[in-house]
Amino acid sequence: MPGQLRIITGIAAIALVAGAAAAFAVAWRPQIAAMAPPRPDTFDPDIVKRGRDLAAIGNCNTCHTVHGDGNYAGGLPVPTPFGTIFSSNITPDAETGIGSWPEEAFVRAMRSGVGRDGRHLYPTFPYDHFTNVSDADDRALYAFLMTRQPVHASPRANQLTFPLNYRPLIAGWKLLYLRSGDVPSDAAKGAEWNRGAYLVEGLAHCGACHTPRNALGAERVNAQFAGGDVDNWHAYALNDTSRAPVRWTADALYAYLRHGWQADHGTARGPMAEVVGNLATVADSDVRAIAVYMADVSGAPAPDRKSPTDAVAPSAAADATQANATGAAIYAAACASCHEGGRALPYGGVNLALSTAIAGPDPRNLLNIVLSGVGAVPGERSPIMPGFAASVDDAQMVALANYLRSKFGKRQLWKDVDKAVRDARAVQAASLAAGDAPADSSQRGKP
Amino acid sequence: MTTPVVLDRRSVLAGGGALIVSFSLRHAAAQQQKGPELPGSLAKTPNLDSWIRIDADGQITAFTGKAELGQGFRTAFQQIAAEQLDIAFDALKVITADTKLTANEGYTSGSHSMQDSGTAILHAAAQARALLVAEAAKRFDVPPDKLRTENAAVIAPDGRRLSFGELVASDMLHVQAQPTSSLKDPARFKVMGQPVPRVDIPAKVTGGVAYVQDMRLPGMVHARVVRPPSYGAQLAECDTAAIEKMPGVVGIVRDGNFLAVVAEKEFGAVKAMKALSAAAKWRESAKLPNQHDLANVLTALPSQDFAIFQRHDAAVSGARSLEATYTRPYQSHGSIGPSCAVAQFVDGAMTVWTHTQGVYPDRQAIAEMLGMPQSSVRLIHVEGSGCYGHNGADDAAADAALIARALPGRPVRVQWMREQEHGWEPYGPAMVTKLSASLDGSGKIADWNFAVWSNTHSMRPGGAGSLLAAQHMARSFAVPAPKPLPLPEGGGDRNAIPIYNFPNAHVMHHFIPAMPLRISAMRALGAYHNVFSIESFMDELAGLAGADPVAFRLNHLDDPRGRAVVEKAAQEFGWVSGRRAPQNRGYGFAFARYKNLAAYCAIATEVEVDPETGRARLVRAVAAVDAGQVVNPDGITNQIEGAIVQSTSWTLYESVTFDQARITSIDWQTYPILRFNAVPDSIAVHIINRPGQPFLGSGETGQGPAAASLANAIAHATGKRLRDLPLSRKRIKDAIDA
Amino acid sequence: MTIVKVNGRDHQVDADPDTPLLYVLRNDLALNAAKFGCGLGQCGSCTVIVDGKAVLSCVTPLLLVEGKQVTTLEGLGTVAAPAPIQRAFMEEQAAQCGYCIAGMMMRAQALLMRNPKPSDAQIRAELEPHLCRCGTHMRILRAVHRAARLMDTADAASDRSVR
Repeated sequence: MPGQLRIITGIAAIALVAGAAAAFAVAWRPQIAAMAPPRPDTFDPDIVKRGRDLAAIGNCNTCHTVHGDGNYAGGLPVPTPFGTIFSSNITPDAETGIGSWPEEAFVRAMRSGVGRDGRHLYPTFPYDHFTNVSDADDRALYAFLMTRQPVHASPRANQLTFPLNYRPLIAGWKLLYLRSGDVPSDAAKGAEWNRGAYLVEGLAHCGACHTPRNALGAERVNAQFAGGDVDNWHAYALNDTSRAPVRWTADALYAYLRHGWQADHGTARGPMAEVVGNLATVADSDVRAIAVYMADVSGAPAPDRKSPTDAVAPSAAADATQANATGAAIYAAACASCHEGGRALPYGGVNLALSTAIAGPDPRNLLNIVLSGVGAVPGERSPIMPGFAASVDDAQMVALANYLRSKFGKRQLWKDVDKAVRDARAVQAASLAAGDAPADSSQRGKP
Repeated sequence: MTTPVVLDRRSVLAGGGALIVSFSLRHAAAQQQKGPELPGSLAKTPNLDSWIRIDADGQITAFTGKAELGQGFRTAFQQIAAEQLDIAFDALKVITADTKLTANEGYTSGSHSMQDSGTAILHAAAQARALLVAEAAKRFDVPPDKLRTENAAVIAPDGRRLSFGELVASDMLHVQAQPTSSLKDPARFKVMGQPVPRVDIPAKVTGGVAYVQDMRLPGMVHARVVRPPSYGAQLAECDTAAIEKMPGVVGIVRDGNFLAVVAEKEFGAVKAMKALSAAAKWRESAKLPNQHDLANVLTALPSQDFAIFQRHDAAVSGARSLEATYTRPYQSHGSIGPSCAVAQFVDGAMTVWTHTQGVYPDRQAIAEMLGMPQSSVRLIHVEGSGCYGHNGADDAAADAALIARALPGRPVRVQWMREQEHGWEPYGPAMVTKLSASLDGSGKIADWNFAVWSNTHSMRPGGAGSLLAAQHMARSFAVPAPKPLPLPEGGGDRNAIPIYNFPNAHVMHHFIPAMPLRISAMRALGAYHNVFSIESFMDELAGLAGADPVAFRLNHLDDPRGRAVVEKAAQEFGWVSGRRAPQNRGYGFAFARYKNLAAYCAIATEVEVDPETGRARLVRAVAAVDAGQVVNPDGITNQIEGAIVQSTSWTLYESVTFDQARITSIDWQTYPILRFNAVPDSIAVHIINRPGQPFLGSGETGQGPAAASLANAIAHATGKRLRDLPLSRKRIKDAIDA
Repeated sequence: MTIVKVNGRDHQVDADPDTPLLYVLRNDLALNAAKFGCGLGQCGSCTVIVDGKAVLSCVTPLLLVEGKQVTTLEGLGTVAAPAPIQRAFMEEQAAQCGYCIAGMMMRAQALLMRNPKPSDAQIRAELEPHLCRCGTHMRILRAVHRAARLMDTADAASDRSVR
C-alpha cells in the first residue's frame, strides 16, 4: 500500500474506531492476573546474562532511566507531536513497576503493545519493532528485568490532548502499523546478515529514530532509514540517501558501533552516543551482525560520495572566501587547532570534510555540537570538546556554520540558519536550567 | 617471641648491597645508637641566623629551605616563629627556599616539612627569644625570669622596654643552636594551634603575582620546548629555516635531541613550537611493556630482593589462610598548571626561578649540566601549580637554564604544554604486592607474608642525568642508577611493614632497577599501594574471621595513638559492627601510620555503587588524624580533605596509558581525573591534637587509607573484592556481572 | 591593533586576531588570574567572563571578543576591597595550590549573576568543566555557597573566621 493512501486509510480507521462500538472487539484485551514478584534467584543466571546483552541492544535504559534516578524506573519525558509521554517503570516493583507481571504479560507487551491490565500502550514504546523479538529473547529480557532492583516510583501521567489520551484509539493505530513477521530474511545472504536483520528490525529498533514518521507518528515504510528526528537532533539517513561524505562499509559501521567513533566518520554524539555506549558491552558477533546488515541497507553510494579508499583532504584553513571572512577566521582561530591538529580520532577533532553533520540536511547537529561541546564522561577516557555558546554570538555562529557548509560540505547553504541557532540555544538553555549533567558514564566504556 | 627486626637498608647497602636473607638482633641494636642531635633541620644547619633574622630596624624574618607547594607551610612556619618569639603573627615574614638565602633542607617531600623545618624554626625562634631576653636582662640588670616579651620587645617589671631591634647585636644570632630549648607551654599558645588564614590566599583569589607562571621580568622572552615523540627518540633532521623567519621568533636552540624555540611573545612561541614540532623528524626506538599485563611485566623483571622485616613466634600457627595479589598502574601527578621556570644568564651567573621541591639538589644538577660551578648558579623557589611530588618542575628549570645560556642577558620563561606535562613527567611507579596470611583458632592473624615489587620512588636530581634537558643534549648525561630509598622511611617498601602485632610476619621488598617508564616520587610513594594492599587484605581476613573490620584492626593494634585514631574515626562515622548499608551502599574502613613513624590516619567511608553501570561514588568520608602538635588545624583539615579527594581520583579512575612506543595519556581526555560530579556529599576531619609532641606532618598520611577504605566500602556494597587499581567503573561492573 | 574591553577599560593590543584571549590577558595586559592549564578547553583554569558568561579564554580567539566586555578576577575586587566571591574564598580558605581557583571563581561568579540562589546540585553541575588536582572541592563548594549568601546580604557583617 502506498504511504499516502495508508495515512488516509489510517485517519479514516481512527475515526471509525472512535465512533463505533464495533471497534470494541478490536480494542479490548483481557487483563492478565497479577502475581507476586518472583524471587531473583528463581531465574537462570545464564538467561539473565543474555537478557542483559539484549537490553543493551534494545537500549532500554535510554528511555526508561532518568539520569540520577533509579535504573529502569522510568519517568523520562518523551516529547511527541501529540504531547508528552512519560516512560514507564520497568523494574520489578509490584505496585509501580512490572513486578506483578507474569512472563506472558511481558511477552504480550513486547509482541503487541498491551499492558498487563489489558490497556494499549502508546507506540513510543517501539513494539512495532519489538513484535519481531523471539520468544526466547523476550524471556531473557524478562528474566533480566525481573532481577533488577525494584524501584517504587510512579512516572507522571502522560500529557496528551483529547482524543489522543483515549487509549482504545491505539488499537486502530496498531491495525494499520503493527506488523509482525516484518523481518527480512534471505538464506542466501548468510547467517550474519540474517542475525543483523533480526536485531536491527527488532530489538535494536534503529528505524525508530532513523526512519521518518508520518502524520500519525508511524515510520514511513517507503522511506525506511531515510533519516528521522530525535530530540533536537537529526538521525542521519542510513540508506542510499546518506550524506556521509565517505560511504559506510560493514567494517566502518562495526568500528563505529563498537568504539563510538570511526576515522572516516567521526564520533557518535547526541542520542547516538548513548546507543554506542550500550553497544560497547554487547557481544562482538551481534555488533558485527548489525553492521553487516546496515551496510547492505545503505546500498550503493550516491555518485558524489567517496569510497573509503579515496583520500579526503582537509582543506587549508587559510583560503577564506571573501564572502565569509568572518566564518573563515573563526574556523582558523578557534577550530583548526584541533580539527587540523594532526591528532587521530577520537581525541583529535574530526577532519570536517568527513563530517556528516556539515553535509547533512539541516544544521541542527552541527550547532548542537559547536554550542554545547562534548562534555567529559566522568572518570572515563572520552573526547572533550569545549562548547562555544558563551563566546560565539548568533551572527558569528551563522557565519561559521555557513563557512563550514560551503567550505567542507561543498553544498548549498542551509536555509534559516539564524533561526536554527536560536532554536539550538533555546534547547541548550532549557537543558542547562534542568541541570542536566553530561551523559552517564555507563554510556561509554570505550575507547 | 623474638623482638622484630627492622632492617635499615643504609646498613645493608653499606655492607655491599648483598641479598640479605638473615640477620640478627645486633644489627638492629647498632642502628638505634645515635648521638645527641639538634632538633629537626638544625642538625644540618645549626646556626640560629640561618632560621631567624632580626634586623636593627626591627624587621623579623624566618627562613626555611622548604618550598611552599600549596600546603600552607609558609603560614604554619610563620605561626611557629611568631609563637616562640612571642610576637604577633604578622610581625614577621617568611622567606622560602633560595640557594642564596636559606638553609639546604634537601627536598620538600615526605611530609617532612613540619618535622624538619618547622622543628628547626620552633627551636631557633625559642632560642633567639631567650638570647634577646638574656641581653635585655644584662642591660636592665634584672634577672631574665623577671622579664616578659610583648610586641617584639622585652619589658622589665618597672616598665622599661627594649625592642628586639634595639637588643639585637650583629652576631647575636650567629651562634649554634643548643640541643634543647625552653619552649613555650602549649597552654599559653596564642598563634600556634589557631586556624590562622593562609598568607598566600589573598593574592591567589585576586589575581596577584602568586606563581612562577606569573613572573614578568624586564625584557623577558618566551620559550617552548619540542620534546621527542617517545623515550630515547633521536632527532634525525629538522629544517628550522622557515621557523626562524616566523614573526617574533628570537631563535631556535638545538643541542643534540634538545630542541626549543624562543619568541618575543608567548603565543608566538606556541605557534613556532607547533611548526618546529611538525618540522622535526625523529627516529624512535622505545619499546614499552604491555600496559594490560603490568603484574607479570613487573614481577618478571630482574630484582634485588631484600627481606626487610621478620618476626617469628613458633608458638603460634595458623589454620585458615588467604592469599591475594594487588596491583597499581603508573599514575600521573597531573599538575593543573604545566611546569614553568624563568632563567637568566648574566655575566657568567645563572639565576633560575623554579617551583622545584629542592633548590639545592636541582642547583647541583643544573650546574653539572651546564658545566658551571654551583656557586655561579642560584635557584630561587617560586610557587607553581601543585606538584604532589616530582613532576616536571626540575626539568622545566633545566630547560630554562639551557635556553637562557644561549641568550645571555635575557630572562627566558619556559612553560610546558599540557601534552608535555602528561607525556614527560616522571610517573608514580606501577607496583605489585602479594600477600598471604593465616588465622589461628581464635580468628587472629597468626602469620603474615607481604612482598612488594617496585621501582625506586625517587629519581630526583641528584645529578644532571635526572634532567630531561641533560639527557637530550648532545653531550648527554646518563640517567643515574636507581637506588632503593632507605628504610625506615623507604620507597617502594614505604609502609610495607605492618603496624599490627602479628606474631609471625615476613616482608620482602623486590626492588626493580629497570624502569620501563620514566618514574619518580609521587605523593606517599609506595605507601599508597602498600597501605591499599594491607588494609584491603585486613578486611579480607576480617571477613574470613567473621569479625568486624574495625574490631579486627583494634584486636591487632597495640600503638595507643593508633588505637585512638581508629576509635575516633569509627565513633564519628557512626560505625556499628555488622550494620548493613542501605541498598547499593557500603561502608569501608582503613588505617595507617604514615611511614610507621609519622602521622596516624583512619578513614571511614560510605560509597554508593550503581549496580547497572558499576559506577562508584564516595558519598561521605570521616577521617581522624593525629599529626602530633597541631600548628594550624585548618591546614591539617585542608590536607586531609585533599588527600581523600585526590586519592579517590587515583583509586577510582587513574592510570597512565601507552602503546608499544609512546605514552598515550597526554591530556585530560586520555587521563581523566575526578570532576565535581564525583565530589562526596561531605568529608569530616577530626584532629587529635597532641600538645607538646613533635610535629608529624599531614600531607601524605591520608592517601593510602582513603584508597583502602574506598575498596573496602565497594566490597561491602557489592560483595566483590577488587584488587587492581584503579577500581574503575568497568572493573566494578564486570565484577558485579561475573 | 585590536581594542579589547577588559575590566571596564578599553585596551589597544598589538596581537593577531587568532591569538587566544588568554595570552592577550596574561602577556599584553599583564593580568595574572586567568591561567594556562591545558590550552584545549579541558580544565577550566583560564575561565573569564565575557558579556556575563563564563568563557574558556584559552580557546577563545581575540576576534571573538571584539566589542564585548571581558571581566577577569582582577576586575571583581582587590585584597583590600574584595568582591563577595573573593571574600568567600578567603573566608573558606578554599585553596591549596590555588592554580585552578581563579577560573572556578569566574564561572561561579557568572552563575551567581544569573542565579543568585543556586542549589548545591546546580553549583556542582556548573563547575563540571573545572579540574582541581589538590582536592579542594569541598571548600570550593562551600565558598560558592558562602558567596551567594554574601551577595544576598551585601552589607552583612563579615565573618572573618575561617569556618
